[in-house]
Formats: sequence, structure tokens, C-alpha cells
Amino acid sequence: MTLSLGAKKAIDVALFLFLMLMGAVSVFVTFAIVWVLVVDTVRFFTHPEGGGFPISLIRFFTETQWTPTFYNKQIGIWPLVNGTFLIAFISMLVAVPLGILVAVYLSEYASWKVRETVKPWLDFLEAVPTVVYGYFALLFVTPILQKVLEPFGIPVEGMNALSPGIVIGVMILPYTASMIEDAFKGVPQYLREASYSLGASKLRTALLVVLPAAKSGVLSAYLLGFSRAIGETMVVAVAAGMYPQITANPLEPIQTITGYIVQVALGDLPFNSFEYLSIFAAGFMLFIITLILNSIAVYLKSKAVGY
Amino acid sequence: MQTRGEVETRLKEFDIEKYTTSVRRRDAIFEIVGLIATFLVMLFLFVISVDLLIDGWVRIKDGSFYTSYPSRFPEEAGILSSWVGTVYVMAGAIFWAVVLGIPAGIYLEEYGGKGKIARIIEANISNLAAVPSIVYGLLALGVFVYRFKFGESILTAGLTLGLLMLPVVVVSTRESIRRIPRSIREAAYALGATRWETLFHHILPYSLGGIFTGLIIAASRAIGETAPLITIGALTFIAFLPPAPWEDFWGMLLSPFTVLPIQMYNWVSRPQEAFHTNAAAAGFILLVIALLMNSIAFYLRYKVRRKYQW
Amino acid sequence: MVNPTKMLEERKVSPSTGNANLKIEVKNFDFYYGSYHALKGINFPIYEKRVTAIIGPSGCGKTTLLRAFNRMHDLYAGARYEGKIIMYPDGINLVDKNTDPLRVRMRIGMVFQKPNPFPKSIYENVAYGLKIRGIKSKKLLDEAVERALNGAALWEEVKDRLHTNAYSLSGGQQQRLCIARAIAVEPEVLLFDEPTSALDPISTAKIEDLIVELKQRVTIVIVTHNMQQAARISDYTAFMYLGELVEFGPTEKIFTKPEKKLTEDYITGRFG
Repeated sequence: MTLSLGAKKAIDVALFLFLMLMGAVSVFVTFAIVWVLVVDTVRFFTHPEGGGFPISLIRFFTETQWTPTFYNKQIGIWPLVNGTFLIAFISMLVAVPLGILVAVYLSEYASWKVRETVKPWLDFLEAVPTVVYGYFALLFVTPILQKVLEPFGIPVEGMNALSPGIVIGVMILPYTASMIEDAFKGVPQYLREASYSLGASKLRTALLVVLPAAKSGVLSAYLLGFSRAIGETMVVAVAAGMYPQITANPLEPIQTITGYIVQVALGDLPFNSFEYLSIFAAGFMLFIITLILNSIAVYLKSKAVGY
Repeated sequence: MQTRGEVETRLKEFDIEKYTTSVRRRDAIFEIVGLIATFLVMLFLFVISVDLLIDGWVRIKDGSFYTSYPSRFPEEAGILSSWVGTVYVMAGAIFWAVVLGIPAGIYLEEYGGKGKIARIIEANISNLAAVPSIVYGLLALGVFVYRFKFGESILTAGLTLGLLMLPVVVVSTRESIRRIPRSIREAAYALGATRWETLFHHILPYSLGGIFTGLIIAASRAIGETAPLITIGALTFIAFLPPAPWEDFWGMLLSPFTVLPIQMYNWVSRPQEAFHTNAAAAGFILLVIALLMNSIAFYLRYKVRRKYQW
Repeated sequence: MVNPTKMLEERKVSPSTGNANLKIEVKNFDFYYGSYHALKGINFPIYEKRVTAIIGPSGCGKTTLLRAFNRMHDLYAGARYEGKIIMYPDGINLVDKNTDPLRVRMRIGMVFQKPNPFPKSIYENVAYGLKIRGIKSKKLLDEAVERALNGAALWEEVKDRLHTNAYSLSGGQQQRLCIARAIAVEPEVLLFDEPTSALDPISTAKIEDLIVELKQRVTIVIVTHNMQQAARISDYTAFMYLGELVEFGPTEKIFTKPEKKLTEDYITGRFG
């Protein structure tokens, strides 16, 4: 291959431009997401069926029922937000203690061999389709909950928040635990050595030195896990029900933002219909919530670096 | 300092033997608890697999399950259209992830440096990775389906999942390029190679294994994605196959489709228990596919590590 | 060329007189990292309430040897000890398989190369080891923390901000805090791993003074790559080279009349 120097230079420049353009695609995607959510949310709030702007916006934040698909349309977002957070909180009840336990074990106790054996499986768990977890929540966990709780006179509905909440907790566990473990890895070894040199046990070193030193990273991991639980869709679509309501009772059916989007998307969606637009308004809310959580997580993570 | 004596005495009389024994016991207990917790997570995986296998066994072993279209009679229903749909959609997704993700990774690692543009793109990619997948579905519905008029098609689905895979592919491309020592690059430049020659003759060949690994991991996660595809309006009842790409490429791209996880979702959300059997069978197949892909990725990673020990 | 006698002129200690008790005895000690034979056949004594310096060029194994005394290597896979390091008065073998590293570390403290305070308050740093040893009452802790900080010549500088984060201190202060943390629990032996290599000359001088002061209370082993430092503060010097102990003796003798040519070459700066 004999190319002139000029031709070679030209190829270099062309390649650079091509690569940069491809790199920029991710930025376009972000813009497209924000643009579509904003435009269709605006269309939702100006739609006559919601009462038009600004009445619809006020209704969105003040009404206590969410029924945009009914004849009598109520568009208060809180029932969906309630359901979303209820599920996410339940999942954190599982993921927070187990996440720290697994991470401390893997990072401070487990031998290299155990770690190398466990890690690929944790990776694999992240690839288990969420609809499979949904199946498991509905047809395995819920029946167990019913069998365990109903003898005590506690009624458990076939669709409830508890079962998908638990399953999502276990689902986000590998993700959370491996991020916490990364945070632990970022704690300099000389801090551990200082602790051990004073006669401290592993447990004391892990809990009183490593954990506090990694606390921003740990918090960031939990926030990202929480954000994932909030955005999780299929488990709740299968097992949580389709009943948007404001409740703290985890044994009743509820609906999350994501569950609502799935429910509506399964039907026919004319581009200008109120139902179609309502999933964008709900999705926008979801996007904002997760964006806030992720931004705090990223900020905390950036703080975690440096000793 | 009157208490000086007291601290000193207490330190002197501190029973190291007793301390050591009790602390060792506590450490051992925690180690067991930690091990149990870790294995509980894996046990969970095991229970899911066994549960699906038992529930779905009748259909898993039934050959016609793989060659039948969906049906309102559960025992006649099969996954033909959904597994074919999964193959088409994943081919599209991998195509877009490769075309968009690998160049982006190369740009960030080789050219980006600490520049402003690179920093923005980098922050952006890590943000995208944390966006719920259903939001990608809304993007695809609003942009690809309605505004670009691609419809509820294989093309739209492939694009959507391709974008979902993007962050993982970009990050793994960067990481595998980063593992190549500077000396290789410097050697190439010293011989008068231009940037693209260095890239195509050295950097890409050496990092291909790692890039592939990341691609497979990303694909194994995308293959089980359900929510974004439901959002773009994938149909759950498809009793035909898309045209073969060599006969009618555009027809294939714009064909309606269903995929395995959507088929499974459809079956699991029906009240009749017989459909749940089908759902379990489909779920087990999804699990096996995910396991296979992860094993390939694991093996590749292992081989890459062995081959290039810088 | 360096004049070793000149180095001794800056000496901060009077020539050690009288008989010292044996505190630690290293006997035919070998150490391996995996298959790498890092320390070979080491023999030498460490005397009670004296400063013993271990010197030698980088990579000679001096830090490895120091970290064997408190079993720091046990934190990492692949470490193996052979031979004995006996600690008196009870004659326990520090590197025996059946000796729990915790028992060793409860009696032998360590100050590291780089100041490594915990990201906690100054007070919490010093109290850490005391709490391990069951001292929990605030009154006792307050007293002990003050005493340890006094002992590390840091009290006057920090007494008004005991509850601020240790990272607000300067590098030299951080290192003295680490010394306070180590002496607070009254160890029998204190190991120093090049404690001043990351510090400026003024901080270094303070720490050296401190070490000389501390030997009234505790046996000290210090690894240093700085021969002048060894000359200034140590009573005994061990010279190591390539994982072996070349020569051990009173510091004055090592610096003025070394028996081995290798020692003389190193001391006079012909290599290293």
C-alpha cells in the first residue's frame, strides 16, 4: 500500500471526525429522550381532555386518583408515585442489609478463590430477564406469602406490592453489592493495615474503618440501586397489579409509573390520544426522579475518590 | 494525672488471650453469615431455574413448542414467531451497538483525552446507563415509531435495544483498549505508522477479544429486555414470520414482531394456569440463553487474559 | 564519600551503656512470598528499650523483615514464615503458625511509611486502639488520649481541636498522631517503617527526637534508608543486603569499625 503523506493525513482526519460523530450519538440520544418527553408532556398538559394548561398541571399535582384511561378522567400522579416508592422502599429493605453483608464478605473476608467463583454468577444474575423475576414473584413468592401470612389472618392479595418488592430487592442486590465492593476496593490498604496493626479484628476493621471511609461510595451504590428499583418495570407489571392508589399497605395491589406505562402501551395508542400522552407525562416524572437520584449518586461517587 | 495508673493497669491486665478467642469467634461467625448471604443470592438463582424447569418441563421437552405459533389453546401455543423475532431484533441491536458503540469507545479512549467534548460525552454515557430501560421505550415510541414512521417494527426494536446496549459496549471498548500498553502504540508510531494504521493494525486486533466480551454481556442483558419493546407496541400475538431478509430486506425490517420475553409476559399475565406452563418454559429458555451468553463471555475474558499478559 | 564518624557527631543518643535485656530474638528466619525467597537465614537480637535500626539499600528486605514482626504479611495470601522470632519475657514465637497474629499485634505497634490516620477525628484516632482493649469510659479515654498526644508531642498543637478530622493536620502532625495512636495502647515494641520518608526536615527532626524520647518506655525497631538517621537515633544497627543480614552491632561500631567490607562500602556511600 503506497499512499502519499497527504492522503494518509486526510484519512487520519476523516477517521477522527467519524469517531467523534459516533461518540456524539450518545449525546443526541440524551437530547432525543429529553426532547420527546418534554414535547409530549407539554402536549399532555395542553390536551383538552385534561382541562388544558394550567388546569391540567394543577390537577396533576393535586388530584388523588390516576384514571386517564377512564371515562371520568382523574390525573393526579401521586397514586403512581406512591406505588413506585412503596415497591422501591420494600426492595431497599432487602438490598440494603444484604448488599452490605455480601460486599463486606466478598471484599474483606472471602479468599481470592471464592471471589473469583462468585463474581461471574453475580454477573449472570444481572442478565436474568426481569420478566422471569416477574414470573417468580407472581407464581412463587406471592403464594408463599399467602401461605405464611394468611393463617395469621392477614389477607394477601394475588397482586401486591410486597412480593415484587422483595424480588426486586434480590434482583438489584448483585448490582448494589458489586458497587459497594468497588467502593471498598477504593479504600486504601494502608488504612486497613493501620487498623490491623492495632490489633483490630476483621469485623471491626470492616465496619469501623473501611465502611466509614467508603461511605460516599456505599451511599452512591444504594441510590443507584434505589433508582433501578424505581425504574424496574416487568416485575411490577406482572406481580403488583394495576390499581393505582395511595396506600402504605404492601399487601394490596398497587400500580407504579412503569406499570402504568406498560398497561397503556399494551393497548392501541393513537398518536394524539390523551392516553398516549399520559404515558409520556408519567414517564417524564419517572425520568426526573431517577435523574435526581442518579445525579446525587454521581456527585457522591466523585466525592468518594481521593485519600 | 491520677487515672494514668488506671489506664496503664487496665492495659496491662487486658486479657489478650480471651480477646483473641472471642474476636476470632465473631469473625468466623460473620464469615459464615456473609458466605450464607452470598450463597443465598445464588440459591435464589438456582430456585428460579428449578422452579421454571419444573413448571415448564412439559413444554420444554415438547418439540412442537419451538415450531408453533402462539394460539388461544395453551397446549398448541409455541414460541416460533417469538424466537425468530428475538433473532432478528438482536441482530439489529448488535449491529447498532457495534456501529455506534465501538467507534464511540475508540474516540473516547484514543482521541478524547481530557478534552471538553470527551468529558461531556463521557458524563453523558454514564448518565444514559442509569436511565430506566422503559424510558428508552418512550424515546423509541415518540421518535422512531411516530415521528420517523418506522412503525412498531423490527427496525425500531433493534434500534431501541442497540441504544440500550450502547453504554456497556462503549465502556468495555474503552477498557480493553486501555489495557494495551503504551509501548505498543509508541512502537507503531516510531515506525512511522499513522493513527489509523496503528488503530487498525495494532489497537483493534489486540482489543477485539475484550470488546467482544462486552458486546456479548450487553447482548445477554438486552435479549431479556421486555419493557421498552412493549412500550413501542410489540404485538403479543404474531402468527406469521417476517419475510426472509434475502428476499425482502425492507419488508423484514418494517415487519411487526414479537420476542421471547414479550411472549412470556403475555402468557404469565393470563389467568389460565396452562399458559403459565408455557410462560415457565419460555422463561427457562431465556435463562439458558442468558447463561450460555455469559459463559461465552466468561470464557473469552479468560482467554484474552491468558493471551495478552503484558 | 561520606565520613561515617561525622554522621555520629550529630548523634542524639549517648553511647548505650550497661546491659540491655533481650526483647526479641530473630533465629534462622526465612520468609517467602509464594515461591520468592525474600529473607534468608536472618539472625540478630533486639534489646529492650533500645532503638534498633535496620538499614540497607532499597529492595534489601528491611521492610519485609519489619512487617514480619507484627505479622502484617498475614493479610496477604502467599506469605510463609520459617524459623523463629522469639519475643521475651514469655518466649513466644511471633511467626509460629499457631501464634494468632492478633495476639502479636496486641503487643507490637507499628508506625507506617506514609502517615495513615483514619478519616476520623483526632480523638477517635487515638482512642481506636484503646477501645479495642476494652477501655470505654469517657473519663479514662480522655486521660489516655491526652497522655498519648503528649507523648507524641502533639497535645499543645491539637488540644483545641480534638474533634476535627485528622486530615486537617499537616503531614508531620499526622505522623505524630499515628505515633500517638500506636503508643496510646502501651505496646511492648514499636515498629517504625521509614516514618520520616514522606516528611520535611523539620517534621523529621521532631519525630527523631520523639523516637529517642520514646525508648524510655518501649523497645523500638526502625527501618530507614537514611543512614544519617540511623546514626542519629539508633543504639544498634542491622545492615541488610539482598534479603540477608550482613552485619549487626552497636551503631557506633557499625559506623566506625564495620567488620564486613560490604557494610563499610554501604556506610561510606560507595553504593546504595
